[in-house]
Amino acid sequence: MADWQPSALQLERQAYRRSRTRRSALIAFVSTVVVFAAVAIAVVNSPGWSRTRDSFFDLRTGWHDMPALLRALWTNVQIMLICEVIVLVLATLIAVARTLQGPVFFPLRLLAAAYTDIFRGMPLLIVLFLVGYGLPSLRISALPSSPFILCIIALSLTYTAYVAEVLRAGIQSVHPSQRAAARSLGLTHLQTVRHVVFPQAVRRVLPALLNDFVSLQKDTSLVSIVGVLEVVLRAQNFNSQDYKFVHYVFAGLIFVALTVPLTRLTDWIAARQGWNGTGGGVV
Amino acid sequence: MTQPMVLAENVHKRFGAVTVLSGIDLEVQAGEVMVIIGPSGSGKTTFLRCINHLEQVNAGRLSVDGELVGYRESNGKLYELRDSEVARKRAEIGMVFQHFNLFPHMTVLQNIVEAPVKVKKVGRPEAERIARELLSKVGLGDRADAYPSQLSGGQKQRVAIARALAMEPKLMLFDEPTSALDPELVGEVLDVMKQLARDGMTMVVVTHEIGFAREVGDKLVFMDGGVVVEAGDPREVLANPQHERTKAFLSKVL
Ligand SMILES: Nc1ncnc2c1ncn2[C@@H]1O[C@H](COP(=O)(O)OP(=O)(O)OP(=O)(O)O)[C@@H](O)[C@H]1O
Ligand SMILES: [Mg+2]
Repeated sequence: MADWQPSALQLERQAYRRSRTRRSALIAFVSTVVVFAAVAIAVVNSPGWSRTRDSFFDLRTGWHDMPALLRALWTNVQIMLICEVIVLVLATLIAVARTLQGPVFFPLRLLAAAYTDIFRGMPLLIVLFLVGYGLPSLRISALPSSPFILCIIALSLTYTAYVAEVLRAGIQSVHPSQRAAARSLGLTHLQTVRHVVFPQAVRRVLPALLNDFVSLQKDTSLVSIVGVLEVVLRAQNFNSQDYKFVHYVFAGLIFVALTVPLTRLTDWIAARQGWNGTGGGVV
Repeated sequence: MTQPMVLAENVHKRFGAVTVLSGIDLEVQAGEVMVIIGPSGSGKTTFLRCINHLEQVNAGRLSVDGELVGYRESNGKLYELRDSEVARKRAEIGMVFQHFNLFPHMTVLQNIVEAPVKVKKVGRPEAERIARELLSKVGLGDRADAYPSQLSGGQKQRVAIARALAMEPKLMLFDEPTSALDPELVGEVLDVMKQLARDGMTMVVVTHEIGFAREVGDKLVFMDGGVVVEAGDPREVLANPQHERTKAFLSKVL
């Protein structure tokens, strides 16, 4: 093949394709510049722009107060990590409880179903209020009273319900013939769930699971309403001192920076070869 | 007379209002190969699944190696066994499925050692040694680390057979093991099954491979509409069917 030479016709086709590629790159570039310029001009020429700029884009002030925001972020990260562990464990138990068969387990199945129905439907904000203010108002000394712990309880209650549903959907998506094969080998119900059904279920729903965790990460910003000093409350404090909104902008960017890696991880895992048991095919 | 490996007496099975098995009487002696044929929907799969209690029988008695399947009898009453007790008995019965049902998230080797390690508590190195032996026995000694999705249908089914054999079953159930395979792959699976029969394994095989039934079967059973229509020596039944329904069915598959 070394002495193969493209024919004149093929050279012509290559030249044509190159010119087409150059053309589309140029079009993409020009249209991007035009769109962004138009948006920028519209924003900058809006009647309130100078006030907006001073409040939302005062980068110097924002940058100056950034270290304090990042210190407060540590609280969000702690809440997030603790909740993720709790949620994974509890959601797994609930999803498995809902697979148990036989009349003996009826109360357990019923409880698990009722729990997920309630907490999946209840807005997180309300759960935060109920747990954050309701539990302490009972004045039971055995109950935790630290807002930090209370908000972890509230977030875990809500997200366990979401994640349990995701896991249950995954478990149901595993074909019954897999269970039959495992049972025919002598595995018990729980061994079958643990070694055969659950691993396949998790692989299938992993993108959805990570999605829930991204969402959990963002929702740690809501715990400020029960008085936990985290990023958003910190930004709010700054805002009440200088009336600038740039702190919220920075807080928002911090969350984006925090979730982007997790989102990319989700995509990478989903795209990884052989992940869905489909082998390394390209389609 | 010795104790039969499988003894079905008047076995009934319903799914809701649909009666799928209406009185099956069958006997398989140890070391025997019984081949079951019959039209689609006649209850062949259901009967196999009853033998290892993947389905509960509704009436009649079914026992394997002298013990009731899925139940315990005391004072003339039947009590259903617990999950773990049923599992222990299933471990002695191998089953091979039409669609292989390998575990897609495990390699071939992991598929095979899973049950010996988790159920029989065999040490992993020992289980892997046995697994590799079985794999070379079914002609797949070099595919231990492949995933099921990387195998052909015939290879998958041979892995599935090795997986069942790893539990050292005293009885093997085959549910149309070759009917999902391309014609040129059928032979490799049947060869493994023939070898197994020669080694003395007791087998109940649902198949439409009439050649296999004639060559390997000790008994041929024709099922239709949830009953055994005709049973006997395969060569006899195939050459000289007694019932109209058997004749009609055989004229289609032969
Ligand atoms: N879980 C189930 N619920 C309801 N009906 C069922 C169930 N399993 C099987 N059946 C019905 O029982 C009948 C017998 O099914 P079975 O799978 O035993 O037939 P088969 O002889 O194996 O047929 P085939 O040759 O097509 O595999 C069919 O009519 C089927 O629809
Ligand atoms: Mg069938």
